[in-house]
Amino acid sequence: MSVFNSVRLVKFAAVLCVAFGMAACSKSPDENGANGANLAGQGAGAATPGSAQDFVVNVGDRVFFETDSTELTPTAQATLDKQARWLNQYSRYSFTVEGHADERGTREYNFALGARRSEVTKEYLVARGISSSRMKTISYGKERPVSVCNDISCWSQNRRAVTVLSGGTS
Amino acid sequence: MTFSLSRRNATALIAGAAAAPWIAPARAQERYLDIRPGGQFRPVTIAVTNFVGEAQQGAATTSVITNNFKRSVFLQPLEQKSFVETISNPDQAPQMDSWKMINAQFVVTGRSGRNPDGRLRTDFRLWDVATGQQVAGQQYVTDPANSRRVAHIISDAIFARVTGEKGHFDTRVVFVDESGPKEKRRKRLAIMDQDGANIRYLTRGDDLVVTPRFSPSSQDVTFMSFGAGDPKVYVLNIENGQREVVGNFPGMTFSPRFSPDGQRIIMSLSQGSATNLFTMDLRSRSTMRLTNTAAIDTSPSYSPDGSQIVFESDRGGGQQIYTMGASGGGGKRISFGEGARYSTPVWSPKGDYIAFTRQKGGSFGIGVMKPDGSGERILTEGYHNEGPTWAPNGLYLMFFRDPGGQSGSKIFMCDIFGRGEFPVATPAFGSDPSWGPLLG
Repeated sequence: MSVFNSVRLVKFAAVLCVAFGMAACSKSPDENGANGANLAGQGAGAATPGSAQDFVVNVGDRVFFETDSTELTPTAQATLDKQARWLNQYSRYSFTVEGHADERGTREYNFALGARRSEVTKEYLVARGISSSRMKTISYGKERPVSVCNDISCWSQNRRAVTVLSGGTS
Repeated sequence: MTFSLSRRNATALIAGAAAAPWIAPARAQERYLDIRPGGQFRPVTIAVTNFVGEAQQGAATTSVITNNFKRSVFLQPLEQKSFVETISNPDQAPQMDSWKMINAQFVVTGRSGRNPDGRLRTDFRLWDVATGQQVAGQQYVTDPANSRRVAHIISDAIFARVTGEKGHFDTRVVFVDESGPKEKRRKRLAIMDQDGANIRYLTRGDDLVVTPRFSPSSQDVTFMSFGAGDPKVYVLNIENGQREVVGNFPGMTFSPRFSPDGQRIIMSLSQGSATNLFTMDLRSRSTMRLTNTAAIDTSPSYSPDGSQIVFESDRGGGQQIYTMGASGGGGKRISFGEGARYSTPVWSPKGDYIAFTRQKGGSFGIGVMKPDGSGERILTEGYHNEGPTWAPNGLYLMFFRDPGGQSGSKIFMCDIFGRGEFPVATPAFGSDPSWGPLLG
């Protein structure tokens, strides 16, 4: 399992360039700078149904949390409902739920907070019928922000749980 | 020069040579300075004269000692250009009137040279200007590669004689060296002398590593590392580079710290939504659960006698500091600042204080409180201070400060009365300092 999932997704994007021709790939990474969300710039139509980028672009691979909260907001629940439908449909994938925190907390607490965020996300997906044997969880605390600056818009991007697909990409 | 083994050998070598004190202390070991908060504090003024003999070595030794005292708060080294008397014979009492003129309370004289066998010989004398008496003096013979250590040992001897407190200069600090963009920070464990010299990297940066903590009794460091699978607590021997995972826990382990005897590691284990405290005995490898909550219990630290544990928990809502017995059980909350949350408690090696990070209104302060929660004192405040670690004498803290954005953490030190704060030089960004024991 790669720590740098953005690196892996970029590589994946490079492979797609060969498959679909260069037009979609010349676009610059998405402004929001989210981990893996650089694929969003290709537009919804570019992703093959059932592919990893279909999941990222058309479903949404991440949910966001309020400050110091591990509660799933209505928006987050809606995203996870879509994730669950997709993951049920494409059951060949296993995946890791990554929990992350923003920088406005102490390092060790944030590891535990990220673990809680990944756990509540996992539990929600299990409750929507996804087998827990397909999932792993990991917490990165505040070690892997996707957005770096000194304001609320950045911090809110970093308080997240990301569903990272790993198996079954054949 | 490899520091890994030579430094350890040097300890015995230096101590052996110093065993024969060549000047008896003139007076009993009374204190010259009351180290305590408040009052009309004035640092003790001290003139560190150039060590005579081998000129370059002498100047280097003088410089290391002077720089140590500049960051000591309690001792104030006087500018050499203000000195009236030039010392040519360090064994002779200085002309005290010339030192009274510049308000020096103490004078340090010394000599640096080589023995016929090539070993470095350094001696110093400490003079009390008021009485004209020598109050300390020692000679050290060692490999020239250890010249900085000799200067630190001399600094400690002088600091101890003047303040009545143990020194902290002959120590090392492990920390996390940080490079690269914040989204993909490369983190390496590194070790340096407390003054930033002799830096050495302990990991290569392939795996994300955080929170190294020194053993109080061995050459081991415990830390958290990401690799394959769950992030885990490891122990690394800094002399031979051997590393091993601590325990076989079903989940992420983190926030490790040694027990005062170095035989156990206490840490957090996350399982599901809960994070609880566990210990593992490094010899028997037996593990013990200390807390059993649905909360986040983390950042544990032992009292110096090993009988108690201080930790943070959100069991009452936000992060607060609790103490409990070393075998676990119910915790007693000790932090109560209004509108504040408290984290990263660390028990002083002297037992008298607990250092912590306090978050209040978007600001992150470093402070100390007594183990019963009284006497809270914030030493620095701002965005974003975190993670204090104690000097072995319990008089100073190091911590890190990250101003946010694409900038990064730097390490700072301060005294526990909040009188002085100094940057600790690191080659790149640095975080998670852990101050090791006196090498002695």
